[in-house]
Amino acid sequence: MTDQTTATMEREGRANALGNPMLTPVGVRAQPGAARTRGSLGPVQRILLGALLPAIVLGAWWLSTSTGFFAPHQLPSPVAVVQAGVDYAERGLLGTYIAISTQRVLIGFIAGAVLGLAVGALVGLSKLGDAFLSPMLGGVRAVPSLAWVPLLLLWMGIGEEPKVVLIAIGAFFPVYTTVATALRHVDRDLVEAGRAFGYRGVALFFTVQLPAVVPSVAAGLRLALAQAWLFLVAAELLASSMGLGYVLSDSQTTGRVDRIILAIVLLALLGKLSDTVFGLAERWAVRRWA
Amino acid sequence: MTDVSAALGALASTAHPVRFSGLGRSFGRPVLRDVDLEVAAGEVLAIVGASGCGKSTLLRIAAGLDAPTTGTATIDGTAVDGVDPRCAFGFQQPRLLPWRSIAANVSLGLPRGTAAAAGRKRVARLLELVGLADAAQLRPREVSGGMAQRASLARALARNPGVLLLDEPFGALDALTRLKMQDLLLDVHAAAPTTVLLVTHDVDEALQLADRVVLLGREPGAEGSTVVREIVVPGERPRDRGDARLAELRGELLEGLGVERHAH
Ligand SMILES: Nc1ncnc2c1ncn2[C@@H]1O[C@H](COP(=O)(O)OP(=O)(O)OP(=O)(O)O)[C@@H](O)[C@H]1O
Ligand SMILES: [Mg+2]
Repeated sequence: MTDQTTATMEREGRANALGNPMLTPVGVRAQPGAARTRGSLGPVQRILLGALLPAIVLGAWWLSTSTGFFAPHQLPSPVAVVQAGVDYAERGLLGTYIAISTQRVLIGFIAGAVLGLAVGALVGLSKLGDAFLSPMLGGVRAVPSLAWVPLLLLWMGIGEEPKVVLIAIGAFFPVYTTVATALRHVDRDLVEAGRAFGYRGVALFFTVQLPAVVPSVAAGLRLALAQAWLFLVAAELLASSMGLGYVLSDSQTTGRVDRIILAIVLLALLGKLSDTVFGLAERWAVRRWA
Repeated sequence: MTDVSAALGALASTAHPVRFSGLGRSFGRPVLRDVDLEVAAGEVLAIVGASGCGKSTLLRIAAGLDAPTTGTATIDGTAVDGVDPRCAFGFQQPRLLPWRSIAANVSLGLPRGTAAAAGRKRVARLLELVGLADAAQLRPREVSGGMAQRASLARALARNPGVLLLDEPFGALDALTRLKMQDLLLDVHAAAPTTVLLVTHDVDEALQLADRVVLLGREPGAEGSTVVREIVVPGERPRDRGDARLAELRGELLEGLGVERHAH
């Protein structure tokens, strides 16, 4: 037990030494005592405390607009923003925009994540794959996301493809990096134990290596999902006729601050919702596999 | 004893002879050199030696987890090339998969192609034998170091190997459990024939369990360990711990280890 704890700590120490922030959430969870002693908040208290700041911001917003501190064309009131949402909903656009944006995020995320898993596995498991692929991928990764947009638009037009591809690029890298890093750092002793009992190749991968990296992979996927929302807006801002990013760019030209704020709030809610769902899945994965 | 036969008899193995000839292994500098050693089928051989002298390395070579730099290791006349399915390994650290229950970890050791029902039964019996029946569904992090080591032993036994390689399998156990597990090993050996290579740092344990004890160490002026002493242990098992002949051999082995210590 002591040996194992030490080994785990060493592994995480190494991962953190690499400066890989994606592995930290998993590492933190490995010391259950730390979380419990941090505070004595119950779940209800925690939710109330978390809701406090948004409530204050909302109150200040409402106050600053109702007292005329801000003119409506500078900062519309919360009611006006809700009104803008109702207006969109009545024209049937709200649901459509949310749906199309979510669809783009999901398709791009899944494509990027699957590719990231496959390439990450190749790079993390095979020295040959590592030497062959990681320099190139490191270079591609260094390209700022927006730099891809003109190229994608020229090559693929303004349909769904360039948006989904851009989001897939955004989702690919967090997954690729976490999977490759985690696989490189799987406890060698465990891999050797698996080999000693006759596991090789694919069987060894599914028996030892994959389960060992499930928690890190879950953390990487969660990060990729956040990245996918980021890239969605980049894609929709520049070339689209639908979606939340389109609302942002269109409202900028028409000067509709209420719609801009509506889009921002919706993006915040959707991003937070998907992150929460994924966070639960991640917690389960860590409990089950770590 | 009948318990053990029942648990292991179903999948009786044949013991294989093991042979190291002219074996050397270096990691930049020589660790093992000129190891010539023959282990008969069904023999229990204890390997003792100072820390870092290459005991684990020798076992790993026998298992095919590592390859010698010079010379060969053969099992039953065929050279070991890659992980050998005739061997089972009990590692110095338990090396249990943290995401699997103790029972699922033990079943990792079952020979390939074991039917699911037979495998479950065998695992359950082995867990009972090593005193872990109640811990079957626990995760490795939920059990003590000694329990983990017993699980690791059970995993190696599950294989019903022709050659059982044990690297200080009782190191983390308290005195009483250690005696029980030593008895278990002898019962297993009696019930299902297997060749045992047992690394230990406990000279008494070596003399209690083994047919023969070899001491690995350096010869003066040479780098790398080799077999510096070989002792055939007299008498049948179970041996009387107070036996005068054993006491004398014990002194001899300790002296061998002590000389080794001064040399460093
Ligand atoms: N993979 C490796 N790479 C480099 N050196 C190694 C490797 N494996 C073992 N060694 C070296 O070989 C020597 C023997 O190691 P080994 O683990 O076989 O010792 P040991 O006799 O089992 O020691 P202990 O009783 O402490 O377990 C050590 O000096 C060790 O540093
Ligand atoms: Mg050792």
